[in-house]
Amino acid sequence: MERKPFNDISYEGFLSEDKLMGSKCQRCGVVSVPPRSICIKCHGSEMEWVEMKGMGKLVAFTCIAIGPPFMIKEGYDRKHPYVSGVVELEEGPKVVARIEGVDGSKPETIRIGTPLRIEFLHRDEGENSVTFLAFRPL
Amino acid sequence: MRGRRRLGRGVAVVGAGMSRFGMFGDKDSKHLFAEAFREMLSTVDKGIDPKDIDALYVGNFTNDFFVRQGHWGPIISDLLGHTPKPATRTEGACASSALAFREGVFAIASGFYDVVLVGGVEDMSKRSTEEVTQGLAMAASPYEVKAGFTFPGVFGAIATAYFARYGAKREHLMNVTVKSHNNARLNPKAQFNVSIRDIMNQRIEKAKSKGGPVPSWRDEKEFLRDPGANPVVAWPMHLYDCCPISDGASCVLLVAEEMAKSLTDSALHVVGIGQGSGKGLHAKEDLTYFEATRYAAKEAYDLSGLKPEDIQVAEVHDCFSIAEILHIEDLGFFKPGEGYKAVEEGLTGLSGSKPINTSGGLKCKGHPVGATGTGQIVEIWKQLRGEAGQRQVPIKDLRIGATQSLGGTGGTCTLTILERR
Repeated sequence: MERKPFNDISYEGFLSEDKLMGSKCQRCGVVSVPPRSICIKCHGSEMEWVEMKGMGKLVAFTCIAIGPPFMIKEGYDRKHPYVSGVVELEEGPKVVARIEGVDGSKPETIRIGTPLRIEFLHRDEGENSVTFLAFRPL
Repeated sequence: MRGRRRLGRGVAVVGAGMSRFGMFGDKDSKHLFAEAFREMLSTVDKGIDPKDIDALYVGNFTNDFFVRQGHWGPIISDLLGHTPKPATRTEGACASSALAFREGVFAIASGFYDVVLVGGVEDMSKRSTEEVTQGLAMAASPYEVKAGFTFPGVFGAIATAYFARYGAKREHLMNVTVKSHNNARLNPKAQFNVSIRDIMNQRIEKAKSKGGPVPSWRDEKEFLRDPGANPVVAWPMHLYDCCPISDGASCVLLVAEEMAKSLTDSALHVVGIGQGSGKGLHAKEDLTYFEATRYAAKEAYDLSGLKPEDIQVAEVHDCFSIAEILHIEDLGFFKPGEGYKAVEEGLTGLSGSKPINTSGGLKCKGHPVGATGTGQIVEIWKQLRGEAGQRQVPIKDLRIGATQSLGGTGGTCTLTILERR
């Protein structure tokens, strides 16, 4: 695992194995998710992989009625909006993710600060397979 | 207090023009740029020979994707009879022509050129809404797109963070929309030159003539709260929080300061110019401001020696209603968390103490993305020269105006400060 380069290809590969991985700067200890090859705090390049526990809280969200083709394909539309959000992980970094288990047509029921747990959404097969990062209220 | 950065020599705006913004099945990028160019030439008070233009910078974001044609520098150069002189395309998403403007300023300030044309163009309406949404999302970070975010979605999420922090509500965003429409009503070049009240009356008349149920909205806010009239796009962003899909072009003529007097008695001098870059949504330390705008603002204020309170009128990048509120805070016009109150109190209206987006802004004037940055300069050009007609702000000794652009989700931001001397 240590040999994998600190880039988005490795990050996506980990997601497909149900792992949310970040980079930790060996010089200053800053953790970044998705990983970075250059530390934006100390500019160091010595990194190690760290796995996130997958617990966090909702810091911002939106209920999207008009989505891109790949979301429409999943059955979302004006009558069935989906929710995307920004999640602050227990370890500190924030990620953008789909928010499952909430009602996109009732935004007033969705609360900032809601505790969330990670989910990995696997879609399509073979060459087209993709894993979406998602979170769901505890 | 002035900072340590300096322009090598002064630069002035001596002409500014734009096409009408809108959705035009019968106008392409070249047609639109020609419209803007002809108007620009007509605004140079003492006239200029196009042969005197040394170089061209043209901003464009997505024509590659929308009309399957890239390399717009030489295409526009050929259109204007400018070849073989140089033409450069700039790309900074929705701030593309703000970057063209900045590059043009540097080209003159360096002493290399004396006369530079800067502008931008975008041709967006020939594609479906889905394709346009997908094309514009190319300016977001790859992580955002994969999480399902659209552009309205990103600004919707920013709005929820702002609401949670400062206690603002959706109602406050409606104040921005109503003001934008009131201003655009007075702008014949605007894509939607109608007030919300006009739209309500049109709908009522239409319902009456059809014999259907007649809507009974008491005021603009009740109209905007009606999901039939104002459907959700990406909550809390509704249709009337979002700028439209637009075609259009704009351009501005820049010259070395010492030449300005020979071309006009009423030039605008470039006194402040700043640009910043910003991180993706997930990596922002705080979702309630744009670090790139704050950086650009500091750079521009330092260069000019001016303070936020010295800016008398400004065009800011209101791609979404919430964005206008963040920008007027990031530029220092109002304290963080106070912007929505300032809009509510009418301070940003045409006759307020700090008029914002007198043109109607991106929301109503239209947002042909590559044309927007220099399009904002066109409005400040009109205001500072007293040529804004019915929407002229009633400020005595109006001399200093500013334009702020934002590309992507805050990835590229600029501030330009202009002074009429």
